[in-house]
Amino acid sequence: MKKIWAWGALVFGLLYFTLPLIGMTNFSLKMRRGEYSFDAYAKVFADPRFQETFTYSVMQALFTIVFGVLLVVPTAYWVRLKLPRLRPVIEFITLLPLVIPAIVIVFGYIRLYNTSSWLPLTGSLTGTNILLMFGYATLALPYMYRAVDTGLRTIDVGTLTEAAQSLGAGWTTILAKIILPNVLVAVLSGAFLTFAIVIGEFTMAALLNRPAFGPYMQLLGANRAYEPAALAVIAFGITWGCLGLIQLVSRFQKSAPPKA
Amino acid sequence: MSFLSLTSIKKSFGPVQVVHDFNMNIEKGEFVSFLGPSGCGKTTVLRMIAGFETPTSGQIVINGKDQNALKPNQRNIGMVFQAYALFPNMNVHDNVAFGLKVAGVDKSEIDARVKQMLGLIKLEHLADRFPYQLSGGQQQRVALARAIAVKPQVLLLDEPLSALDAKIRVSLREEIRQIQQQLGITTVFVTHDQEEALSISDRIVVMNAGRADQIGTPFEIYNTPSTRFVASFVGTLSIIEGKVADPASGAVTIGNQQIALKDPIAGMKGGDSISLALRPEAGSIAEGAKGDTALAGEVVSTSFLGSVIRTRLRVGGDVISFDMFNNPGVAPPVSGDNVTLRFAAKDLLVIRE
Repeated sequence: MKKIWAWGALVFGLLYFTLPLIGMTNFSLKMRRGEYSFDAYAKVFADPRFQETFTYSVMQALFTIVFGVLLVVPTAYWVRLKLPRLRPVIEFITLLPLVIPAIVIVFGYIRLYNTSSWLPLTGSLTGTNILLMFGYATLALPYMYRAVDTGLRTIDVGTLTEAAQSLGAGWTTILAKIILPNVLVAVLSGAFLTFAIVIGEFTMAALLNRPAFGPYMQLLGANRAYEPAALAVIAFGITWGCLGLIQLVSRFQKSAPPKA
Repeated sequence: MSFLSLTSIKKSFGPVQVVHDFNMNIEKGEFVSFLGPSGCGKTTVLRMIAGFETPTSGQIVINGKDQNALKPNQRNIGMVFQAYALFPNMNVHDNVAFGLKVAGVDKSEIDARVKQMLGLIKLEHLADRFPYQLSGGQQQRVALARAIAVKPQVLLLDEPLSALDAKIRVSLREEIRQIQQQLGITTVFVTHDQEEALSISDRIVVMNAGRADQIGTPFEIYNTPSTRFVASFVGTLSIIEGKVADPASGAVTIGNQQIALKDPIAGMKGGDSISLALRPEAGSIAEGAKGDTALAGEVVSTSFLGSVIRTRLRVGGDVISFDMFNNPGVAPPVSGDNVTLRFAAKDLLVIRE
């Protein structure tokens, strides 16, 4: 009897999640009357704004990942090595972006960095792009920090650091040659999550008026019928692709976690 | 002047002082073991030599150079850890080569040196393996090769054998000693295992509660322990409490029996309490056993240890352990037997606090 309920719950859950996706995918293929086609997808891919916004968001995602790694890996490493008592505080800070809406953050940015402020980042395109990248890094912080911290937990950070120091290595060498390679899989997990977040983000990009993929999806959705469905399927594909890559790179880890 | 000298080293963690006025001079090429129970401060002293801890006060000098202001990566010290600490992302070759790469040594020279080091630990055939593909003993040998590849001034070994099984421990400690003697590296070895310390050291520092209780050769430490702690920690010693009967003649009363020590008892007067110690191998209850001193007692228990049988004998208020070789033709004593233990007066040690 219990098994029937368990199977029932599973089937209900699967239908709840997959039916809308199946419906949306089905709809995205019905642009041509009476038959299935990829017309909507072809139109989306041919749209120069798609290419422009997608390229912009991909570049933003890459810069955000690099910035996030440079910020989070040394921080999480240092906290684990020297300030273990501060871990709960740091974890709380990294969780804040989950409870503070993106719109609050971006309004804060605009007030702090407008053209009449001491650091007028919004006064130039480059400055605004940098500001948007910082915003994305903030949104991705909970995921990146957790991923890296989990990775650091699997290695004996203290002893490996001391072993490297006794062999003459300085902090940069230790981070680049010992710590980062040993948490690479965790960093890549965080990176793919960051990528998925940046590709789909709307609020910050729209309010900072940058040509990102999120606002483009919203614009298309407001004016077209089939193309938004095709775009949504593409966005899902990108997200799932990222999740698949996380699984894939996890298998390439050539070292087993130490026993210590 | 000594190669490595530790002068008046003190270390406190907050209000707790873990090392008290530690002094030690180590000669070049010497193998010195810090021996003591957990929490006695031996690892803290080692970590101060390595630079991972800063002394609260005192001075560490290696080869005439003050080390206190130097960072760990500036000291040229090789260290082997209990947990191996091999870099999981590098294979054996790269682990051994790491320190040489950091030092900017030429690639050809690195390859030659790594080959030489792997030859020394007899693991040339495992150069491409990753740490997780090696046994514990192999990992620790690689860690040793990595530490000595950079030609360190001093080699520090922090309980390197503790995580290994008994057989590997014995063979690896012999290997460590052989390599150390071959290369002439000044080595400090931290262990809580007295057998390890006794078997491979030139000198042993027995540490207790942050202090060096005794510094001496293994022979001195084992045969003439200077404190009650050293006597009880190193080897198996039976402590016998007695009263001084006559200091001039060395007469001591144990229970209702009187014995005479080899020498007069200095600094004590009649009626003073005195602690004596006897090694289990010093006494015998066999017929015709040699010994100018005898104590009668009752057998409490016997333990069969393979080559020897350890018997515990109650004498007065104390229990004395002694060993006899296993002889299939002679039945061991049983509990309740009254026997006489004979030993030489010179084997009885006076223990000072």
